[in-house]
Amino acid sequence: MDILEILITTGFWAATLRIATPLIFGTLGELICERAGVLNLGIEGIMTMGAMAGWMWVYQGGDLWGGVIFAAFIGMLFGLLHSGFTVYLGLSQHVTGIGITLLASSLSYFVFRMLLPDATTPPKIAPFQPFAIPVLSDLPVLGPSVFTQTPMTYLALICVVVIWYGLNRTPVGLAVRMAGENPLAVEAQGINVLAVRTGAVMVGSALMSVGGAFLTMSAFDAFYFGMINGRGWICVALVIFASWRPGKALLGALLFAGIDALQVRVQQVSGAAIPYQFFLMAPYVLSILAMVLMARRAAYPKALLAPFRRGDRA
Amino acid sequence: MTSVLRLENITKRFGSLLANDGVSLSLARGEVLALLGENGAGKTTLMNILFGHYVADEGRIEVEGEALPPGAPHAAIAAGIGMVHQHFTLADNLTVLDNVVLGTESLWRPWQNRAAARRRLAEMSAEFGLRVDPDARVGELSVGERQRVEILKALYRDARILIMDEPTAVLTPQETEGLFDTLRRLVERGLSIIFISHKLNEILAISDRVMVLRRGRIVQEMPTAEADRHRLAEAMVGQTVTRPRAGAMSPGEVVLAMQTVSFRPVNGVALDAASLEVRAHEVVGIAGVSGNGQVPLADLVSGLCRADAGTLSFFGETLTSPTASKVVRLGVGRIPEDRHAEGVVGEMSIWENMISEDLRQPPISRYGLIDHKAARARAGAQIEAFDVRCPGPDAETRLLSGGNMQKLILARALSREPGLVLANQPARGLDEGAIAYVHGQLLAARERGAGVLLITEDLEELLALSDRVYVIYRGRLSASLDAKTVTPRQLGLMMAGHDMRDDSMKETG
Amino acid sequence: MRLELRESPPIWLAGMAPVLAVGAALLLCAGLIVWTGESVPEAYGLLVKGAVGSRFALAETLTRATPLILTGLAAAVAFRARLWNIGAEGQLYMGALAATWLGTGVIDLPPFLMIPLLLVAGALAGGAVLVIPALIKNKLRVDEVVTTLLLNFIILLFVNYLLEGPLKDPMSLGWPQAAPIVDEGVLPRILARSRLHLGLVIALAAALAIWVVMRFTVWGYEIKAVGLNARGAAFAGINVNATIIRTALISGGLAGIAGVGEVAGLKGYLTLDLSPGFGYTGIAVAMLAQLHPIGVVVSAVFLAGIYVGADSMGRAVNIPTYLADVLVASSVLAVLVSVMLVRFRIRRG
Repeated sequence: MDILEILITTGFWAATLRIATPLIFGTLGELICERAGVLNLGIEGIMTMGAMAGWMWVYQGGDLWGGVIFAAFIGMLFGLLHSGFTVYLGLSQHVTGIGITLLASSLSYFVFRMLLPDATTPPKIAPFQPFAIPVLSDLPVLGPSVFTQTPMTYLALICVVVIWYGLNRTPVGLAVRMAGENPLAVEAQGINVLAVRTGAVMVGSALMSVGGAFLTMSAFDAFYFGMINGRGWICVALVIFASWRPGKALLGALLFAGIDALQVRVQQVSGAAIPYQFFLMAPYVLSILAMVLMARRAAYPKALLAPFRRGDRA
Repeated sequence: MTSVLRLENITKRFGSLLANDGVSLSLARGEVLALLGENGAGKTTLMNILFGHYVADEGRIEVEGEALPPGAPHAAIAAGIGMVHQHFTLADNLTVLDNVVLGTESLWRPWQNRAAARRRLAEMSAEFGLRVDPDARVGELSVGERQRVEILKALYRDARILIMDEPTAVLTPQETEGLFDTLRRLVERGLSIIFISHKLNEILAISDRVMVLRRGRIVQEMPTAEADRHRLAEAMVGQTVTRPRAGAMSPGEVVLAMQTVSFRPVNGVALDAASLEVRAHEVVGIAGVSGNGQVPLADLVSGLCRADAGTLSFFGETLTSPTASKVVRLGVGRIPEDRHAEGVVGEMSIWENMISEDLRQPPISRYGLIDHKAARARAGAQIEAFDVRCPGPDAETRLLSGGNMQKLILARALSREPGLVLANQPARGLDEGAIAYVHGQLLAARERGAGVLLITEDLEELLALSDRVYVIYRGRLSASLDAKTVTPRQLGLMMAGHDMRDDSMKETG
Repeated sequence: MRLELRESPPIWLAGMAPVLAVGAALLLCAGLIVWTGESVPEAYGLLVKGAVGSRFALAETLTRATPLILTGLAAAVAFRARLWNIGAEGQLYMGALAATWLGTGVIDLPPFLMIPLLLVAGALAGGAVLVIPALIKNKLRVDEVVTTLLLNFIILLFVNYLLEGPLKDPMSLGWPQAAPIVDEGVLPRILARSRLHLGLVIALAAALAIWVVMRFTVWGYEIKAVGLNARGAAFAGINVNATIIRTALISGGLAGIAGVGEVAGLKGYLTLDLSPGFGYTGIAVAMLAQLHPIGVVVSAVFLAGIYVGADSMGRAVNIPTYLADVLVASSVLAVLVSVMLVRFRIRRG
């Protein structure tokens, strides 16, 4: 099968959407944080924590959507911790983010090991099942792939629209965008900059966490150590690739996911000619390339990384 | 007259600095009150307290008889106070409409009413004669246009009391007149205005009453009709400080020559085929509204970038690949525009900053090793020579006051007796004493034989110090003008883009 | 609330910051221990005993500290210049790769030449790999945090490929590992009946060298200036780009040497699990030491003790060894706060 043939198979598109889902959540989440002026490098850890928390909720007897909400809640807590350090105290966003990634990851492994000390093979839960959208799922190729996905994938797509609307068409979205461009302007209009930034980071972190939960509750059915595998960092690169816009974030996620899905199939076809490790490298190499290509034209939020201290005036 | 605003006994400390000391003032309805004081007197701090950016340590504020909750800009806005900040509080990447509308609708509301906002903005725009394009990106507007947006922001929120913090610092003389017209129109509509400035002419022109602030205290208060320049100046500084003036000198050899130099920076206006000349024993001033190419010009002369086209030569020598250190070694002393961001590394010690340009020269370092003793000795000598008041050479530079930090930079730039001095806004933000010192040093350099290239937004400073003047507008330089014969009005017109090629304004030599 | 910079924080207070941080972290982890149902004093007692309670334990701690000193120095030097090198893990593996490539029989040299060769090769490999993100940062202003992180994944996959392919040791019974380092290249043990090897001496020497560089040389001044205010440094004539590249070579080089030490001193051959996150822990080491080269040594030994102690504790009581990671991570966050408390006074807005 050549590449074009692969592109028109159902399996390819189904895989693309499935692989894109955590990237969509993560990129949207990071995008919101950065639009408000905060670089959230805790994303990898928060996604890990979300993966563990959501799964554990179901494993302990809860229902699937309860798990999603629980993961979102835990994500928000870590977002609150992050903004406590970076927004409220104005500490280094780089170091805080790395610290939160380390803390969230190690805490999730600790809790998992504590609750399941004897598990040699990770136990499983019953994950989300694919849900066929009536009428649309009868379309050729796209029907069984795009319109027969698990509910969390539909949720991701809905989030793209909601976040776009929220950022661009609501007063609070305007405040968030301003906070990332000139926080003094926000304060001068009587709005509490710290509250806006903190809120944005909390919402963004909740989305990241849900992205992690998708992996254990939908794509797979168990929690493995190291399962996030760098997806968080890829999302940070994707935010730059998407110029901080939700619509482009969706396209970027789909593009990356598509290449990843393609890579698996091409690997199967090419046999042992190229070692599989090089295929696995593709997403990471692509992410670096994406950042490099967008660098010249990157329209960073002007106040990204700049802490805002009340009373810090010229 | 009823008073719309009363400040009682406002006191504010920052660490050991007493910024405001028991300040009381009242503002009558329809009055223009001027707050006069030199840099550092406490005017902006007082207004920031009024607007809620800061909380006073003592004192209270009443608006229309009601107490104003401290530390809350939203309360000040609700009470009808609007502030036009000295450094505009606008987001460059967003549109005018976005900037104005922010905060006017509740954050809990899930939709915006942009059409209504647009209409209201257009109405206000017309009523007050402040033309703006609601969909323009603020980053693309001129300084004067941005100020209009900043004013409209306040008016949009129904401000009845308008605070204007040094509004004319960035305007041409003509634009200043336009602003004053706007202010008079606002007063006719019943607004009351507090006008902060350190420019005596403007205070006398626009205000009804004047209060002079010095070292955080009100030292004088009088109706403007009874005030004159001399009394105000003396009240402002507390003693007669006269700024030094340039004596006549005949210029010598060319120390800096630019011929049709062009440079396009990453952001901002590009320098376009600019030509100028600076000779020994003279001060050449560059007049212009901020944002017209001064930054690339200064960066080129500082050695921070290389021209795209044209020739730039120091003392007759052209550098093919200029660097800051090469330029310094050639004998150029540079005073940067922003002493905090560019002039020093704030968290390093004073001696470390003092020797930063001589880092790789003996005796400061040999074979890559720094001789701490020699470096400290050199720094100590320069601290003395230039009267830098500090706890010692090992103290962190960020602790220095603005004036002393500038003296450190002067010491670093001038103690090597450079043949060319680049002074970029050298007296910005300094009090009168420090300004006099800086001017004195520049004139002394000129007397010694250096050529001085002075870039400044302050026309008074420019005309007092310069022998010749060029005007910069949109990256292009005018022909050379004689500073003794050109008038501020002529300069103002050229700074706004008129008459750039009018031969009647040119002077030979 | 407003933060006001203290004029000159007393030195003793500055030294307290990491102590406070660790204290806070120990408190948090005490909470976790309580949740597991074990006794806090017993658990911490076992931790200390496992770290320094016997000659063997102490030797193990120092052995574990060896790569941590080097990756800690790598992070400290880079962070001083505000070069956020999170890629020490990958640079460590590159150093190990270089040592494997040259040290498994390709070249024949006596030990006093072979060992320096492996160290230099490892340093060059590690440095070269960090130069790429540094160049991208210089020329294109792309944040190096993500690029160095992503490179870690790429490098590990590359090592994986090599270990299953070209570098695979035919004598290893199917296990993906490389051929052992030749005897001439092995770093000798410096303490009998322990795993402690020459790498510790090299690491200590590196710490001293870095201290000298940072304090007394022009290079050290430039790194400091660029990290504190790159614009001001550029104005004064410092070549910022060159400084960043230089910093990358030094930082990556130190991490690369850490890799050589692990492969040629501890393990003897390259495997995929050569480093259980030394690169990342190095960041914690550097932060706790407030980026001071000599402090890095103390901080590295301390954190090594926590890991070694936690391993031992985990065997005795029912507490997952991940407790050590939680402790380290919370120390990183806590030290940010305690340094702030030292440098700032808190005032009402």
